[in-house]
Amino acid sequence: MKVVIIDYGMGNLFSVRRAVEVSGATDIEVSADPSRLAHADRVILPGVGAFADGMAGLTRAGFVPAIRDYVAHGRPLLGICLGMQMLLDQSDEFGDTAGLGLIPGHVRAIDRDTDDGKRRKLPSIGWAGLQPEAAWQGTILAGLTPGAAVYFLHSFHAVPSDHADLLASYDHLGTKVTAAIRRGNVTGAQFHPEKSGPVGLGIIAAFLAQTSTA
Amino acid sequence: MSARLIARLDIKGPNLIKGVQMEGLRVMGDPYDFARRYYEAGVDELLYIDIVASLYGRSKLTEVVRRTAQDVFVPMTVGGGIRSIEDVTELLRAGADKVAINTAAVARPDLIAEVANRFGSQCMVLSIEAKQQAPGTWEVYTETGREHSGLDVVEWARRGVALGAGEVLVTSIDREGTRKGFDTDLIKAIAAAVEVPVIASGGYGAAGDLAAALGAGADAVAVADALHYGRVTLDALRQQMQGA
Repeated sequence: MKVVIIDYGMGNLFSVRRAVEVSGATDIEVSADPSRLAHADRVILPGVGAFADGMAGLTRAGFVPAIRDYVAHGRPLLGICLGMQMLLDQSDEFGDTAGLGLIPGHVRAIDRDTDDGKRRKLPSIGWAGLQPEAAWQGTILAGLTPGAAVYFLHSFHAVPSDHADLLASYDHLGTKVTAAIRRGNVTGAQFHPEKSGPVGLGIIAAFLAQTSTA
Repeated sequence: MSARLIARLDIKGPNLIKGVQMEGLRVMGDPYDFARRYYEAGVDELLYIDIVASLYGRSKLTEVVRRTAQDVFVPMTVGGGIRSIEDVTELLRAGADKVAINTAAVARPDLIAEVANRFGSQCMVLSIEAKQQAPGTWEVYTETGREHSGLDVVEWARRGVALGAGEVLVTSIDREGTRKGFDTDLIKAIAAAVEVPVIASGGYGAAGDLAAALGAGADAVAVADALHYGRVTLDALRQQMQGA
C-alpha cells in the first residue's frame, strides 16, 4: 500500500511522515508531484498556516485537479488541520477564498465571545476530548472511546453544511468546535493526529486500514 | 481545553542544561532521552530553548528537534536564535510545531507579523524574559536574560499579540531555577492584557505552585529542573494541577 503525503510547502511533513511510518505503513512518499497521486492508495493532505496561502500552494503545484481525481476514484483522503479546512467550499479567513469543495461547507473563525459574556482565548491550543457527532464505526475514530483527548492548534474551524458530515466535535467554553468531518472517502481532522500521542497514532492506523469506496 | 503541562528543556549545543537564574549552567545529559521519557509519561507539550543560540547562532538545535520528532508524538515549541522565516521553516520541517522568539522580535518586531502571516498565529509564540523593576512593573530582557531592552513587559506582550503572536511564553528571570514559585503577579498582568494563551515558566518548587499559576490566568505551565532532577514526576504535577 502506497501512502502519499502532499508537499506544497505548508507543513510539518517530517512528523506526519514519521507518524505514518510507526503506524505501520512501509511505502511512504512525501511528494510535490501531483502525478504521484495516481499511484497512491492513501493520500494525506497536511498543512499549517493561512488558508489562502495553502490553496495558492496547492494550485501552483497543480494538486487541485489531481486531488479531485484521486477522490473520484474512491480512495481514502485525510486532511489534517489546514489540510482539513481546505476540503470545504470556502473560508472566511482574510476575505473569502475558495477551497477544494470536497465537503460542502465553510471555514469560520471560532467565536471570541461565549454565551455567558466571557471571552475565549484564541488560538485554541491544547488537548480536548473528542465527542461523537455521528457513528465512528468504519471511520478514522473507530475504536476510540468518546472523550479521548487529541491536540488542537487553531483559530478557524470547519462548519459543514450537512450535519451528517460532522464526525466529532469538542467543547470550548460552551461552544462546539469541529474536530473531524467525513463524507464518503474524504476525512478531515482539525486536530493533529501526528502530535496526539498513542491516541493519534491509532487514528492514523485506522485511516491506513480504511477501504476504498469504489 | 485542559490546562497544559509542558516540559521545558534548555539546550546548549547538543546537551540538556539547567541554569540557575540563567547563569551557572550545568549539563544534564542528552535532551532526547529526557524528551522521550516525558513523552512516555504523558507530557502535553515539549519546549526546547537553545539558550546560547541568540549569542552564537543555532548549532545543534535543528538536529535535536529532528531526533526528538522521530519518536515523540506530542507538540514541540522551539526557540533560541530564530531570526528569519528561513530559520522558522527549517525548524518546522524538522518537526517543530511552534517557534518561540524573543531577542529577534525585540530587535525587529515586524518578524512577529512575518512569521504569523506565513505560518499562522498559532505557530508564533512570543517569548518574554521578564525581570521585575518594581512591584507590578517588569522589563523585557533578551539574549537569555543578559541584555535589558527598556521595554515594559505588559506593553510588549500587548504589542506582540497585536502583531500576530498567538501565544505568550513568559519566563520570570527572578524566579527561574529558584523553586520559589511562579511570579503570579506577572502572569496576572499579562493574562489580563492579551486574549491569547499564556505559558508560565520559571520558579516551580512546591505542590501549590501550578494551581497558583493557573489561578493567575496561565493556560499552560512549564516545568524544567524539578523534572530533570527527578524531584517530581509528571503524574504528581498533573495531580497538583487539578486543584486549579
